[in-house]
Amino acid sequence: MRPRIPWFNWTALILGFAFLYLPIVILIIYSFNESKLVTVWGGWSLKWYGELFRNEGIISAAQVTLVVAVVASTIATVLGTMAGFALARLGRFRGRTLFNGMVLAPLVMPEVITGLSLLLTFVAVSLDRGQLTIILAHATFSMCYVAVVVQSRLTGFDDSVEEAALDLGAKPATVFFRITLPLILPAVIAGWLLSFTLSLDDLVIASFVTGPGATTLPMKIFSAVRLGVTPEINALSTILIGLVATGVVIASWIDKRGRMRAPD
Amino acid sequence: MAAFEGASARWGRRIMIGVPYLWLLIFFLIPFAVVLKLSFSSAAIAIPPYAPTWDTWEGVQTFFAELNFDNYTFLFEDSLYVNSYLSSLKIASISTFLTLLVGYPLAYAIARSSDTWRNVLVLLVILPFWTSFLIRVYAWIGILKTEGLLNLALESIGLISAPLQIYNTDWAVYIGIVYSYLPFMVLPLYATLVKLDGSLLEASADLGAKPLTTFWRVTFPLSLPGVAAGCFLVFIPAVGEFVIPTLLGGADTLMIGKTLWTEFFSNRDWPLASAVAVLLLLVLVIPIVAFQRIAQREGQS
Repeated sequence: MRPRIPWFNWTALILGFAFLYLPIVILIIYSFNESKLVTVWGGWSLKWYGELFRNEGIISAAQVTLVVAVVASTIATVLGTMAGFALARLGRFRGRTLFNGMVLAPLVMPEVITGLSLLLTFVAVSLDRGQLTIILAHATFSMCYVAVVVQSRLTGFDDSVEEAALDLGAKPATVFFRITLPLILPAVIAGWLLSFTLSLDDLVIASFVTGPGATTLPMKIFSAVRLGVTPEINALSTILIGLVATGVVIASWIDKRGRMRAPD
Repeated sequence: MAAFEGASARWGRRIMIGVPYLWLLIFFLIPFAVVLKLSFSSAAIAIPPYAPTWDTWEGVQTFFAELNFDNYTFLFEDSLYVNSYLSSLKIASISTFLTLLVGYPLAYAIARSSDTWRNVLVLLVILPFWTSFLIRVYAWIGILKTEGLLNLALESIGLISAPLQIYNTDWAVYIGIVYSYLPFMVLPLYATLVKLDGSLLEASADLGAKPLTTFWRVTFPLSLPGVAAGCFLVFIPAVGEFVIPTLLGGADTLMIGKTLWTEFFSNRDWPLASAVAVLLLLVLVIPIVAFQRIAQREGQS
């Protein structure tokens, strides 16, 4: 029998998860508060959700954010899958060390630096700042996350199936689309979802590279929050949390099914 | 790996490597070079809309002739910047340590729970990470404010008589960082703790060691790779953090990310902001290299 201290484990679990979840639960509860004050409970109400949907600034920011997130994460998934494949399957090539470095560096790069460097570049080439520049910036840092996820999934599979297909005369492109891609599909989907949430969540980089007219939801939330806590932001947060929670549940369901079907 | 190296695969290879490679060169490496270049220019030519000196490439000679260290000397002359760097390192170190204190028991308890529960608990640790960072930081404002829920709760049970001033202090920043980065600490710790050989702990207990002794002499030393990885994953992003000190910290909470932001957006001094960015990166390179050394050593042994 292992030496166990059950009471300690229970306390750690309860306190740990209370710390992780209580703030979110409180945030959600107070989005239904009739009163405008955080500390006063004025009864249950949906009025802040109503206010939210009448707030045109927030609605248009939500549209911008959604467009940016969908386009950026799709670009990031394509590029990241290519990069992950190149690193896991294509062996040595010229400049591989630099390539590997460029894939990993954005993961540890402070957002303020990424944002600043991209903005200065966009200004230097006089690219109009707005939705497009946010998409380019988000695609760039997200593709690195996708590359890492795809690469680790690929190194988990040995390449004997791919090699067999090549030996049997299949074209490399056919092998990629018919064998490799289906094998790593769960990782590609996970990479897309990760990119999507990263884009949805990003305040710092978007603030740097945006121009007039393109305000994202995090930028809206940030400027509202600086003025103080408002139940409207709580309502918006609750909706976003609900969407993400649904997404994560669907994603883990897809992952589970993928794993059950994947040959071991 | 000879799988994808036939003659007909050459073009496929070129595309698979070339496209992401080119993208990263354009949107990662070149922007970084731009920051480096601008950090060496004087403010006058670079005040927005600054005239890019890129179009008039006159070769390497002019490049070095135009180098201007004013921004860097200014950074060391003005105590604001030095203090910002030091304060960032201090806040990040304290927060990392506190995250370890909170995260270790949690990771330990998850690793010791039954097989059926383990996956659910890990998912529960990851789940908050998927929800917006900004929202999670925002959630703490309502709790920590002077008239917030924490003070209300503590007062109602009679633990304090006057409200605690946590919001707008460094303590709020610590709490915010611990809360936001806890999953980064728990996951690597869990990964090492769950692989821990149970027979070692049994042997220790059979030989008469108390549970606490077993923990300090066996479990903790064996989990050090996880501790190092977790601390790294918390420390690095915490140093450059902007959102947490801005929303939870006070006016006197100095962090380099915040200083860079102010320099850029309020003072509109782009070359100086670039110099701050370059130095921040240099500050971060030391722990990154140190961590890689540790990871390599672990990999060898």
